[in-house]
Amino acid sequence: MTLLQSLLSPIGRSTLGLMATVGRISSYAFATVSHIFRPPFYLKELGQQILFIGYFSLPVVGLTALFTGGALALQIYAGGSRFNAESAVPSIVAIGMVRELGPVLGGLMVAGRVAASIAAELGTMKVTEQIDALVTLSTHPLKYLTVPRVVAATLTMPILAGIGDVIGIFGGYLVGTTRLGFNSAAYISNTIDFLQSWDVTSGLIKAAVFGFIVAMMGCYHGMNSGRGAQGVGKATTNAVVGASVLILTSNYILTELFFTS
Amino acid sequence: MTTPMIQFQDVHKSFGNNHVLRGVNLDVMKGESMVIIGGSGTGKSVLIKLVLGLLPITSGKILVDGHDTTKDERDAFLARFGMLFQGGALFDSLPVWKNVAFRLLRGSLKRPKDEARAIAIEKLRRVGLKERVADLYPAELSGGMQKRVGLARAIAAEPEIIFFDEPTTGLDPIMSGVINELVREIVVEMGATAMTITHDMSSVRAIADRVAMIHEGVVQWQGPVGDLDNSGDPYLDQFINARAEGPIEAVR
Ligand SMILES: Nc1ncnc2c1ncn2[C@@H]1O[C@H](COP(=O)(O)OP(=O)(O)OP(=O)(O)O)[C@@H](O)[C@H]1O
Ligand SMILES: [Mg+2]
Repeated sequence: MTLLQSLLSPIGRSTLGLMATVGRISSYAFATVSHIFRPPFYLKELGQQILFIGYFSLPVVGLTALFTGGALALQIYAGGSRFNAESAVPSIVAIGMVRELGPVLGGLMVAGRVAASIAAELGTMKVTEQIDALVTLSTHPLKYLTVPRVVAATLTMPILAGIGDVIGIFGGYLVGTTRLGFNSAAYISNTIDFLQSWDVTSGLIKAAVFGFIVAMMGCYHGMNSGRGAQGVGKATTNAVVGASVLILTSNYILTELFFTS
Repeated sequence: MTTPMIQFQDVHKSFGNNHVLRGVNLDVMKGESMVIIGGSGTGKSVLIKLVLGLLPITSGKILVDGHDTTKDERDAFLARFGMLFQGGALFDSLPVWKNVAFRLLRGSLKRPKDEARAIAIEKLRRVGLKERVADLYPAELSGGMQKRVGLARAIAAEPEIIFFDEPTTGLDPIMSGVINELVREIVVEMGATAMTITHDMSSVRAIADRVAMIHEGVVQWQGPVGDLDNSGDPYLDQFINARAEGPIEAVR
């Protein structure tokens, strides 16, 4: 009995801990969203974050998409040749990129880059009492720090994913035309003909959700960082891991919602 | 009798099993300079953070101007305070002058940028920093300079109540003297109420109207600064004379 208990109690404890964290993050998210629509608005901070989160993530997202699109074309060609379906390469690359890989891989890359840096920055602000100082200067940390980051990420992530989609398809096109013997015009018309607007839109909606998740996790873990350098390190790790897991989970849920029925 | 500016009523504060404050009772009158002394880790910084609501009170009450601090409207309440944090707590993403003028650049005290900058430079000058420093970032300053920028930020909006957490720690003796005088001036000229934490006995004598010593979570002694040397309190005597032997155990 005691052995069983000692084996089971850590599981119970961590489950309870997880539930508590989920609850805290949810209420933090609700508070953030409610602050988005109430003044004061910090537009300058929003602009800085759009630049940092959106613009400076372009190289990472672009490279990821380029090579993913290329690899996808090779794989689909190899797989398709088993059914004499090589001609499906352009459309499957496009659909795969636009619906899944563009937003998901883009989201994961941004999670690594942005969630980590937000958590480290806010965590350091927390341990050096800068967040307390903000409060004493009559500035709400949620409004001044969290809202600009969350709004910036939610707005720019779809744009990043859209650019990633185009670059990814282009990667497939490069591989298709140079390595797999596709005719350039045929590849392009095949891509465009089979792609539906909902394929693209659904991917962009996903990207917006992922952007929200990334910034949210960075801010939540940063603001609740433990004391000292160790606390900040832990907050950074938790932010990246949490954001990545949530992106993959919510991706499945969104896919269910969008594409079944 | 007039209501005190800040009133601590049986204030308790614990972090888990660490019972830091165990029933603090203290009145700070309007326009008075109160200095808090006490050993390291006795909860002096925590006491100030409780007033500002940066930490929740475990039990007891803090009244500011007779109002319960937890019930007032937060923005209006905080606008009355200035605070120098023990570690400076400067925003390292902003240049020095924007740190000092932070309150003047947004919110209810917002004013034109030029004006805010001019005020910031004037406040920097008062804490002994040249205009050149205004455009540097906090990371480019020495520890003592950061402390003085923090001080300038605390007084920038001319608050009614000012908290200084160790304003002279890390400063050279001459600069300490300047800062002591500045704190004194702020109380006398601006009529502000000040609560200063310090370990520096010369600061205590220069700044204080009244002194309170925190020990073991309560106010062990309080009285006018003139009574410091003949209080008859063995704890206070040991502290101000910096003796290793006495009722306060050196190893904690
Ligand atoms: N946020 C916090 N979480 C947990 N414990 C804390 C927190 N802040 C302070 N403490 C604890 O409260 C106690 C008092 O801390 P405080 O910073 O008030 O000391 P102090 O009197 O200002 O000391 P010093 O003179 O060294 O600055 C310490 O034991 C500290 O560990
Ligand atoms: Mg302290």
